[in-house]
Amino acid sequence: MKLLTCPVNGTRPLSEFIFGGEYREAPNQNTCTDAEWAAYVHNRHGAPGDKKEWWYHSPSGTWFIAERNTLTDKVSRTYLVSPKSVVSDNTEKEAAVKGEGQ
Amino acid sequence: MSFRIPKQSGEWLDRSKKINFSFEGEQFSAFEGDTISSALWAAEQKVLGRSFKYHRPRGVLSLANHDVNILMTDGVDTNMRADVLEVKEGMSLTAVNTVGGVKKDKNSYIDSISPLLPVGFYYKAFHTPRRLFPFWENMIRKAAGLGITNFNYPRILKRKVHTHCDLLVIGAGPTGLTAAYEAAKAGLEVTIIDENRHAGGSLGYNRAGDKTSANYLEDLLNKVTREPNITLRTGAYAAGYYPDHLIPVVEASGISKIRAKAVIVASGAFEQPPVFRYNDLPGVMLGSAAQRLIYRYSVKPFSNGIVVTANDYGYRVAIDLLEAGTQVLALVDLRSGAKGGLHAVALHQRGVKIYPGHCVYEALATSDKSRVKGAVICAYDDKQNIALTSNKFTLECDGIAMSAGWAPAAALLYQAGTGMQFDYTVQQFVPSRLPEGVFAAGKVNGIFNLEQRMLDGARATNDVLRYLGHLLTPLAIEKHVGLSPSHSYPMVPHPKGKNFVDFDEDIQIKDFENAAKEGFDNIELMKRFTTVGMGPSQGKHSNMNAIRILAKIRGLPVEKIGTTTSRPFFHPTPIGHLGGRGFHPHRLTALHDWHAAHGAVFTDIGAWKRAAYYPSSGQSKEDAIQAEALAVRKAAGIIDGSSFGKIEVYGSDAAEFLERFFTGSYISQKVGTCRYVMLLDESGVVIDDGIASRLATDLFYLSIGTSNAAAVYREMQRSQQEWQLNIGLVNATGAYGAMNIAGPSAREILSTLTDIDLSYASFPNSRIQEAFVAGVQARIIRVSFVSDMAYELHVPMAQSRHVWDALIEAGKKHGLRPFGSDTQRLLRLEMGHYMPGIDTDGLTNPFEIGADWAITMEKPYFIGQRSLSILAKRPIRKQLVPFVLATNFNAEMPMECNLVIDGNEIAGRVTSINYSKFIDRCIGFAYVTPAKKAVGSEFQIRTDSGALVTATVVEKPFLKNQIKSHHISEKSALDVQASTSNLNTHSDTSKHSHTVLKVTPVDHAESKATAKWAVVNDMEIVVECASAEIDQARKKILGITDVSCLTRYGVKGPQATKWLIDHQVAIPTNANTWTVNTENSREQKSLVLRLGSSEFLIEDQWDGLVSKKLLADSHRIASTYPVARADAAFILSGSEVLNLFSELCSIDLRDGALLASDVVMTQVAGISALVMRQTLNGEQIYRLWCDGTYGSYMWEMLLEIAVELGGGAVGLSSYQH
Repeated sequence: MKLLTCPVNGTRPLSEFIFGGEYREAPNQNTCTDAEWAAYVHNRHGAPGDKKEWWYHSPSGTWFIAERNTLTDKVSRTYLVSPKSVVSDNTEKEAAVKGEGQ
Repeated sequence: MSFRIPKQSGEWLDRSKKINFSFEGEQFSAFEGDTISSALWAAEQKVLGRSFKYHRPRGVLSLANHDVNILMTDGVDTNMRADVLEVKEGMSLTAVNTVGGVKKDKNSYIDSISPLLPVGFYYKAFHTPRRLFPFWENMIRKAAGLGITNFNYPRILKRKVHTHCDLLVIGAGPTGLTAAYEAAKAGLEVTIIDENRHAGGSLGYNRAGDKTSANYLEDLLNKVTREPNITLRTGAYAAGYYPDHLIPVVEASGISKIRAKAVIVASGAFEQPPVFRYNDLPGVMLGSAAQRLIYRYSVKPFSNGIVVTANDYGYRVAIDLLEAGTQVLALVDLRSGAKGGLHAVALHQRGVKIYPGHCVYEALATSDKSRVKGAVICAYDDKQNIALTSNKFTLECDGIAMSAGWAPAAALLYQAGTGMQFDYTVQQFVPSRLPEGVFAAGKVNGIFNLEQRMLDGARATNDVLRYLGHLLTPLAIEKHVGLSPSHSYPMVPHPKGKNFVDFDEDIQIKDFENAAKEGFDNIELMKRFTTVGMGPSQGKHSNMNAIRILAKIRGLPVEKIGTTTSRPFFHPTPIGHLGGRGFHPHRLTALHDWHAAHGAVFTDIGAWKRAAYYPSSGQSKEDAIQAEALAVRKAAGIIDGSSFGKIEVYGSDAAEFLERFFTGSYISQKVGTCRYVMLLDESGVVIDDGIASRLATDLFYLSIGTSNAAAVYREMQRSQQEWQLNIGLVNATGAYGAMNIAGPSAREILSTLTDIDLSYASFPNSRIQEAFVAGVQARIIRVSFVSDMAYELHVPMAQSRHVWDALIEAGKKHGLRPFGSDTQRLLRLEMGHYMPGIDTDGLTNPFEIGADWAITMEKPYFIGQRSLSILAKRPIRKQLVPFVLATNFNAEMPMECNLVIDGNEIAGRVTSINYSKFIDRCIGFAYVTPAKKAVGSEFQIRTDSGALVTATVVEKPFLKNQIKSHHISEKSALDVQASTSNLNTHSDTSKHSHTVLKVTPVDHAESKATAKWAVVNDMEIVVECASAEIDQARKKILGITDVSCLTRYGVKGPQATKWLIDHQVAIPTNANTWTVNTENSREQKSLVLRLGSSEFLIEDQWDGLVSKKLLADSHRIASTYPVARADAAFILSGSEVLNLFSELCSIDLRDGALLASDVVMTQVAGISALVMRQTLNGEQIYRLWCDGTYGSYMWEMLLEIAVELGGGAVGLSSYQH
């Protein structure tokens, strides 16, 4: 069985992990066209190569990113997703909404 | 025992122990250590089995686990490999593939009609006439396969264990032993395995008469066995190679999954037979087989034999034969210019006549074909591959030893992804490109000279050490020197054929020629057409020759032909080994025993066992469900909802998180209210739904359906990783029990157990309150999933049984009855609620189920929002509608997934349908085209039989028109309440907070008779399982103790560390480590586990107070979130404890691998668990925690293994001081 290294819990057999799909940056949903959004939601690059993937270490509940070559099945590195890497375009609006809520 | 020779040094026999057994009804004797074949051969039994296809008599071929024509049965096991299986006292054996015995097999006629049965004939012969096929099929099925399955086979559990080492060496011959020794000297922890019963490999038998060989091997073995870092396991074969060096090693007792940091494959080579007519007769055997007979079993292979060889190895064999007392009449060497080296001189001196440039043209059989009686020898041109028969002559003999070359035992190397290249200097495929961490040495690496092989073993170890980071100078790679050990084409043509290439499947040279003529001239195609290499030995003695034959047919070099794919398993592995102990984790609610005692039928929902319905004796499922549903409508029902997903969202951004995660609006949600939540995926498809109850501005309590809860929580964690909001997520699914009491009398029943005002006016639907129910702190939610008159209670799991019992008792006079999850589905249908996953599929968007009301499009963002904005612009293609069938519908009932038909078109499908006795109609949900969605529209459903049933669209809920009785019952309920107010006061004492005993999540049924119970920390717990003495004895071997009663406190969040420091709790410095709060004070003595970096688990030891104080302090600082816990907790002790873990956990938990301060979050028995090691009262013990709802399952697994290993359950008092 393949081994995978959780950045927090170390190297474990694959059975402790759940695959979470490819990690992809969403287009800005407020400015992108319908076609661009549909392409983001429905299209995947099937060609083998270096991919960023979501993995979940089940016993500890840790989500992290693995960089894996899907041709050779070699994982080059794993790391926790960096803060604020996604949904950054709505910061202003979100702040406004938060203010309302409180 | 006339073929038995005097004791050979290093023989595998124990001559002091005689063994009696029978074969085909005849009695034989043997020595302990004999294989079945060697014992029979010693007794001059030559026909040991029959070939698969032609039923030709067969004897010893390899004695190396590929004599697959010699398969035996003892009536229990079948296909026992006689060439390697040790014979045991009292065995009663017969050969498997005969009709009427091995000597007079009635199917031997097939051999004489073999010209009618060319390879591939059965692909062509039985198609026409079609009506005869059943006849042929019957014949073919009888002929195909070997052995008869024993369906009464006893269930013998074979252990599957995980083991770990630095270096795994496969093959304990001179190469592997040297490699292992060198590695151990360099400090590596080495495991070396060999499939043979004794280590040594060819060093044990390939002697060429050299009497010092045995001593040399003994010295080498002594060196290896003296190394404490080496584990030598014989009788153990590497069954396959799996990624990252996981090698399942199969032994008689079970399978070890060995995880190594590096692997050296020193698996050697298989001797390959030369091909000539009748090379399969009993008495014709491989040279190495003859040597094995002599030196392992002290059996003379034959009396007057000849040796046919195509390399120098045959000369060594000839000398060994002479040593064993066999007369060697001739040594026939296919090579025209052969010299044979020093051994040729020795043979010449001992009178053996050598015939270079000659071949055995054919072996001659006795009249009954049962054995070889001679050999026809003639000149041979090995360059042209022509037998020059003009001067042929015959030698009478009773045996032929044959040596023509070797094929690498490279199966594992291939499986690991090794690139192999054909090396002409050794006429063999050798590794050219090895995967990381995999190394090859010795014969499999194309190196044959003994000294060189041992150097190659040392070289491989040097490679391993450098791979593992040791700074060493590389050793030079040794290459084979001298003549090629393998002949390039050792195949003698014969016009009459019967020159066998594959002994498993009786495949002759002409079969390959025919296959090529048919167009199957690619090695993979040829394999399928001829079945070469597809027999039980998987081509170990035939694939190489097949490749050579195909290369010759196609006029290509061998490397252009390639090899077939190698797959696990290396040898056939019994199903029993693969089956072994399985993990089937299941979660039980704290009410499970109650359900079982009340006749519940259970259903699996995810990992949960849920009560589906409770039939009274003789009651049908349908009747039980209708009766339970009627109780809810007319009186009251109660369901165990403990399996519902329960998630707490803490923090100042909690509402913001929900706004982004779900479709609705939560910032405006008032504390004390509940709102519907719906989760979409990014494409706008409905994933799940549930209820969000706001308990505080910074706390939402979510309840989600059972089946999807774990996945929804996971997605919440992922979103939080991305959004990094100021929240804390707590999965409280296992920590809280839940129950829903519903129906007109529900309020009244509940009111006897709580002080709060339950009237519908002051506690309306979609509200949540926290209150004591039967003395237990509860969250009470008014949800209308199954009824408008329902209360959902969430209470600590360990106290849920108490609340349930109190409700059942209080409901007795109101006709309260339990209902199951199947009834719940009918009830929610009556209420008109769709269920994601049942009424939706992987393409359903919210508009199609009429959930527009649940969507707040104006929000800045939620998952699926952008896709919904696109979908909203499009016309809807299908619509979920509630429907009814005609009143008194009495025809074939449509079923879920039956199609809605409009003319010739499929217009939709039924997603839910059920008869409701209360409404007295068949009601359901179906998808229809928008044209049919209006109330009153009719549509047609096609049933399984094809009949069309008319359905009518109605309004939700189905109950609406029938529910007038609601008000009446509410009124009457109030009346009853008034009239029974005395009763209320009577039971008042049970309402308020008082000590309610908790129930351990572990089922101690096994110690029922002997267990002594006591209350510790308000939990009833077993303090003594059998007796003090027995508990102590178990504890020393393998004791398992339920310590779930210890008080625990969980906390997480960025400020959790600060919060704990403020409370004078000692903090472990690193992530995933633990410490003791203090050893000095009994009250302050607690374990503090740091789970990851910002979550903590504090567990008071015995009657400590730290957790209790923390639990009592409800004042939290910001970014600190309490984690509700209801763990099952265990102490494991004793000498066998690592043995137990090796079966349940793939992580290396040994001292050194698991540091004293480590906490491991891993899987044990297939479920998430925490493991740590501790010195407790001077003993090494292990602590184990898992979710309490898995507690019974975990205990079952621990106990089963503990008992097998000589231990058992131990009471808590063994640890109390």
